[in-house]
Amino acid sequence: MPPPRHPFRAGFRDCLPFVLIVIPFSTLFGVVARDAGLDLLQVMAMSVIVIAGASQFTALALLQDGAPVFVALLAALAVNLRMAMYSAALVPHLGAAPLGARALAAYLMVDQSFAVAVRRYEDSPDMTLSQKLRYYFGCMAVVCPIWYGCTLAGALMGQAIPASLSLDFAVPVCFIALLAPLLRSLPHLLAALVSSIVTIGFAWLPWNLGLPIAAITAMIAGAQAELFLCRRAARRAECTA
Amino acid sequence: MIGAGEFWSLTLALGLGTFLIRFSFLGLLGGRQLPDWLLLHLKYVGVAVFPALIVPAVLWPAATGGETEAPRVIAALLAVAVGLRFGPVGAITAGLATLYAAQALL
Repeated sequence: MPPPRHPFRAGFRDCLPFVLIVIPFSTLFGVVARDAGLDLLQVMAMSVIVIAGASQFTALALLQDGAPVFVALLAALAVNLRMAMYSAALVPHLGAAPLGARALAAYLMVDQSFAVAVRRYEDSPDMTLSQKLRYYFGCMAVVCPIWYGCTLAGALMGQAIPASLSLDFAVPVCFIALLAPLLRSLPHLLAALVSSIVTIGFAWLPWNLGLPIAAITAMIAGAQAELFLCRRAARRAECTA
Repeated sequence: MIGAGEFWSLTLALGLGTFLIRFSFLGLLGGRQLPDWLLLHLKYVGVAVFPALIVPAVLWPAATGGETEAPRVIAALLAVAVGLRFGPVGAITAGLATLYAAQALL
């Protein structure tokens, strides 16, 4: 795929489908946080300072359960540890950018922008650094304002949303929508399968520790599968990977 | 009820910690080249992390008190299948539509 002519607009467009998910997710956070007894300023401060929905839900739920602050903090940070892997995965693409741009990209790093951007960078390997940066910020221009705005809307609406709508299901559906387009080779499928099985196997571990174990095992499985397929193909032709 | 002191110390520490996690590699490594073996593994970050977030949220959702419910499992499987063929919008539509349909029928 050739580099997009207008990278910012292309990023904006490619991230647009996730509006369907970010709206209920952030609205839900506003509702739940108000329900937990936070005032409007507190709800908004959390969404703006942390800007990582899954960890905000985790921290809030634990505080509400009466857990000590450091336990809630560790659990929420564990949920966010996956972003260290996103950060590393973005280095080949954005690593040469100026410090300020990298700091802004880091603050805005969420699952959606990461998944959409990395997929595009791999599809269009000829993109320049400036195009990649504009594409990335185009993605975030969709997600970020909606995240703030709908948190506020949810906090103002309060309990108007009935629980029967099962809006919490928007969270796993969001991750499925991010995952499905990435499953495009046998090693990718295998890695996803290994991650699912290891997650179930280590579900008994506290503090989300099953997540890093599953992720690292799956990354090794995917990489080894790719090397194996590559070696097998190399017996017939030149290996390209 | 969550105390103001607890809330603010948690939020500020979580915000700072989360930023440092996000900035970690991108901030420290800058333009330096990563070794090939690491690049190979990093290709699989997305497919390795997302299932680990999806599986517990589908099988043991907090909203049902951790009970596994058939409509959620069916909706998730269908969302994956449709998403493979039709992309993110297909996955989202299929997932939520199936959940509501299955909840109404089962």
